[in-house]
Amino acid sequence: MDNLLSIVTFLPMVAAGILALFLRGEDEAAQKAAKWLALFATSAVFVISIAIYVQFDPAAPGFQMVEEYNWIAGLKYKVGVDGISVLFVLLTTFLMPLVIGASWNVTSRVKEYMIAFLVLETLLISVFTALDLILFYVVFEAGLIPMFLIVGIWGGKDRVYASFKFFLYTLLGSVLMLIAMIAMYMQAGTTDIPTLLQFQFSSSTLTILGFQIVGGAQSLMFLAFLASFAVKLPMWPVHTWLPDAHVQAPTAGSVLLASILLKLGGYGFLRFSLPMFPVGAEVWSNLILWLSVIAIIYTSLVALVQVDMKKLIAYSSVAHMGFVTMGIFAFNKQGLDGAIFIMVSHGLIAGALFLLVGVIYDRMHTREIAAYGGLATRMPAYALIFMFFTMANVGLPGTSGFVGEFLTLVGIFQVNTWVAFFATTGVILSAGYALWLYRRVVFGDLIKESLKSIADLSAREKWIFAPLVALTLLLGIYPSLVLDIIGPAVDTLLNNMEPQLAAAKAVALAVGN
Amino acid sequence: MELTILFAPLIGAIICGFGHKLIGERAAIYISTGFLFLSAALSWAIFIGYDGQMQQIPIMRWIDSGSLTTDWAIRLDRLTTVMLVVVTTVSSLVHLYSHGYMAKDPQFKEGESYKPRFFAYLSFFTFAMLALVTADNLLQMYFGWEGVGVASYLLIGFYYRKPSANAAAIKAFVVNRIGDFGFALGIFGLYYMVDSINFNDVFAAGPKLAETKMSFLYMQITAADLLTFLLFIGAMGKSAQLFLHTWLPDAMEGPTPVSALIHAATMVTAGVFLVVRMSPIFEYAPNTLAFVTVIGALTAFVAATIALVQTDIKRVIAYSTMSQLGYMFAAAGVGVYQAAIFHLFTHAFFKAMLFLGAGSVINAMHHEQDMRNYGGLRKKIPITFMAMMIGTLAITGVGIPGIIAEFGDIPIGFAGFVSKDAIIESTYAAGTSVGQFAFVLLVLAAAMTAFYSWRLMFLTFYGEAKGDKKKHEHAHESPWTMTVPLIVLAIGSTFAGMIWYKDFFGEAVGKFFGGSIFINESTNKVLEAAHQVPDWVSISPFIAMIFGVILAWIFYIKFPKIPGALAGQFGILYRFLLNKWYFDEVYDVLFVRGAKRIGRFLWKMGDGKVIDGTINGVALGIIPFFTRLAGRMQSGYLFHYALAMVLGIVALITWMSISGGAL
Repeated sequence: MDNLLSIVTFLPMVAAGILALFLRGEDEAAQKAAKWLALFATSAVFVISIAIYVQFDPAAPGFQMVEEYNWIAGLKYKVGVDGISVLFVLLTTFLMPLVIGASWNVTSRVKEYMIAFLVLETLLISVFTALDLILFYVVFEAGLIPMFLIVGIWGGKDRVYASFKFFLYTLLGSVLMLIAMIAMYMQAGTTDIPTLLQFQFSSSTLTILGFQIVGGAQSLMFLAFLASFAVKLPMWPVHTWLPDAHVQAPTAGSVLLASILLKLGGYGFLRFSLPMFPVGAEVWSNLILWLSVIAIIYTSLVALVQVDMKKLIAYSSVAHMGFVTMGIFAFNKQGLDGAIFIMVSHGLIAGALFLLVGVIYDRMHTREIAAYGGLATRMPAYALIFMFFTMANVGLPGTSGFVGEFLTLVGIFQVNTWVAFFATTGVILSAGYALWLYRRVVFGDLIKESLKSIADLSAREKWIFAPLVALTLLLGIYPSLVLDIIGPAVDTLLNNMEPQLAAAKAVALAVGN
Repeated sequence: MELTILFAPLIGAIICGFGHKLIGERAAIYISTGFLFLSAALSWAIFIGYDGQMQQIPIMRWIDSGSLTTDWAIRLDRLTTVMLVVVTTVSSLVHLYSHGYMAKDPQFKEGESYKPRFFAYLSFFTFAMLALVTADNLLQMYFGWEGVGVASYLLIGFYYRKPSANAAAIKAFVVNRIGDFGFALGIFGLYYMVDSINFNDVFAAGPKLAETKMSFLYMQITAADLLTFLLFIGAMGKSAQLFLHTWLPDAMEGPTPVSALIHAATMVTAGVFLVVRMSPIFEYAPNTLAFVTVIGALTAFVAATIALVQTDIKRVIAYSTMSQLGYMFAAAGVGVYQAAIFHLFTHAFFKAMLFLGAGSVINAMHHEQDMRNYGGLRKKIPITFMAMMIGTLAITGVGIPGIIAEFGDIPIGFAGFVSKDAIIESTYAAGTSVGQFAFVLLVLAAAMTAFYSWRLMFLTFYGEAKGDKKKHEHAHESPWTMTVPLIVLAIGSTFAGMIWYKDFFGEAVGKFFGGSIFINESTNKVLEAAHQVPDWVSISPFIAMIFGVILAWIFYIKFPKIPGALAGQFGILYRFLLNKWYFDEVYDVLFVRGAKRIGRFLWKMGDGKVIDGTINGVALGIIPFFTRLAGRMQSGYLFHYALAMVLGIVALITWMSISGGAL
């Protein structure tokens, strides 16, 4: 099949179209039909996407399964995957059926809800497969629209504030990225990403208004992209939209937000910032490394004192994303491998943690930690799975959470021991907040009257967690499943960066003399 | 065979933990116990039949990234075989013992199933511990290291309804993570320097590391010193050495078999194992070794002082464990790793037995743990009493000093006597100032060991019954599942020292350990010197012991009023010791509350006022504009977002067409 990627990308959209056009009514039968259709479509997409995994040849260089068509106004629709993006496509298709399954209890506007998620899936897959700058920009920004809807319509009571905040943050970044994209087109004369990856953007020092800008155009473009990616990731200090958005989002929304949307920023760094503006990235790497360290320590400490479960996990996510940026900007094999691995692994673990919160939120309608305690007595299966993901979240060896954390720290230690030293304190702090959360929710005596009849996981819920547990464990014990795929792509990325960096250093030396 | 030893406990844990609903509770715990005994039998077979050849048995790839390659693998050498028998022997006996001890637990309600969970945790712990001692690279060791930490966390918090147990569990995990922080940095550093974290490569790099200066943070020291120091931080956490020890006494919240297995015989000795395993680089790190000696000696001393006044029977033994671990580190620090492992080996027997004996007492006394409510128990629980007596004789180091009599070249005495004397002689023989320092503290600690151990015996088994009369009336000997392990361990505590003296410390030591322990022969001749110390040195621990015993007898048998009077007289000192040198209080203020205060500040001020404040401030100009528009549309913000995006694309496309576009 030559257009496997397009099939996977547009199948959810087709399902959404069928729902929109043919499903009428709000009665129970219609709701059921909407749920089953969405579940069927997303499952089918996942099964088909396995074929992508099978067909994909990690050893082959460059992009694979490339498809190219003309679009409107002379624009091109061009998609393809390499070792970095293929995993994110799979992560998306893998999580989607689980997310739909976790939404089985939604009762309001079910049809629209399912349409929003299906459209979101199409857009998210497109972000990772897009090989044209404009296509990327369109789907990157459009992907947020269904997310806004999900938070804004099916969210909690402060949903408008949360999405407004999200919007403000994102808008600034988008504008700057767009300007940089125009500048890129000016210099390179194309929007084709594989061509842009080979293009060397100017990095000679610029003087603007008397300020010397080291790294020149590359430096500026890097910063413009950073504005967008840093918000998405999110990096400290532009992270404050995330806890609010998570708290207000419905469970399924939180899962996708944490598992996939947060990865867009990291993916952006790997696809654009590093390979296209290596000199700019090098110039600003120290800043990013220190922002990462601050993110790890700062948000871990903040997580320690949260009273809302979702906020705590949201802050924990920011800390983990700190490891991602740190690994990426170590510019070495272990750092990059580790960063990508964390993104995949965090997609599973944070997703599962939000699902776990969702389970008890469905039953008790509160996310307040203090409202719980002693769940182990009534919910042993829940307690076990929660313990597993708590341990995975604190990076226990044998779970996928460990591999990425370890590799990024190994990577950064070779570059900057100070950063490594401070970042490693994250392993202490994460243990603190995660275990304390677990203790307050699951351990202790069950004394609260309201909890005395709480029910353990249903069969449906167990089926949602089972694949997450299996994969988290599998990747922890045999991480080569991921590392073998990203390895060659990361090598290519590093090899392409090197000559530019060397050249830039030579120039800098010449200027110095 | 090696694979069976390693995986039998894991399979047992899985069957027991997940399968107990299918096969029934009894079958589940019998299976986990049976698998452990299988593991133990095979371990002894390997230990006895070991031919001195180091073997590497690869299992599977693990983390591969660039030049960093690690496998799941087993490294089998003498050190591994010693640890295998220690771990599996104690673990299988503790499994058996738990059949009796956990039979009826008042912490759980009628009909609640807790036994399969307990046995699954125990078996899982054993698997993690075996993964640690069989590791062929630092990463697998770290896996085992963290794995035992989790098992320890789960078992300390086994009584999950008790707030104190939950607090102790978290404390154990977090304090250990502080140690792991150092361990992890040590691994990163080794990879940076050696480009590998597999033992063969790391061990070969010792001399190179000693010559390389490394800058870490502000320091400029040799790589060997720095990296071993970082690894030792990890060892300090796991082995409850001074400053990172506060979790161990609290860990006694766990059921007593757990204390015997994890917090006495096996997990807490992992730190010692780490130092000995890494001897090929520690040998090139004189400064770290000095630090190890000092910390070890201080720990031995401080823990012994605290043990003098504790009243909870398990806490006394916990501090005693900490103190004995200090001895082992002191030995490793002066370069006599063999003595450290020797003591680790004998200590496993007698300390596990003391804990299991204490458990038997607690069981007999209906979960009373305060020794002030014991007394006169020797007639009611005679087997337990005999076992505890042998354990006490072993830990206090009773034997015939070598200058009086020897059997061949082997000293005659209980296990602890032989191995502890080996350590004390080694510290003196080191001939360095830190060695002297350690020697003095360890001899003083030996006197205190004798005092608190006999104090425990006298308060528990002698004198009159005190406290709740009913509990004393119902006191009964434990079932055979509990007494058999006691008897087996008692045999070990009596003879293990004498049987293996030649191999661990005597003339056969070089052949016995082979290449598993590295001695830098140009600088380290302490082991030979330890056999030639002056007579007063070799007899001093014996005299210290006698002194401690007599003092305990005077205090608790002859004139039982003295302790109370002394406590009144020296109130400040007494409270200082009773409150464990106030480590917990200081740490709580500095770290626990400090972290929370900073967290709250960052949350409210940092996120709230500064970041959101700034952004809202900037937005203040935009918001009115948007709210006006938003009034007209339900989801105005969304509309504007879409609008902004579309405008952006239009701008881009327009610009492209104007500029002629390359498309």
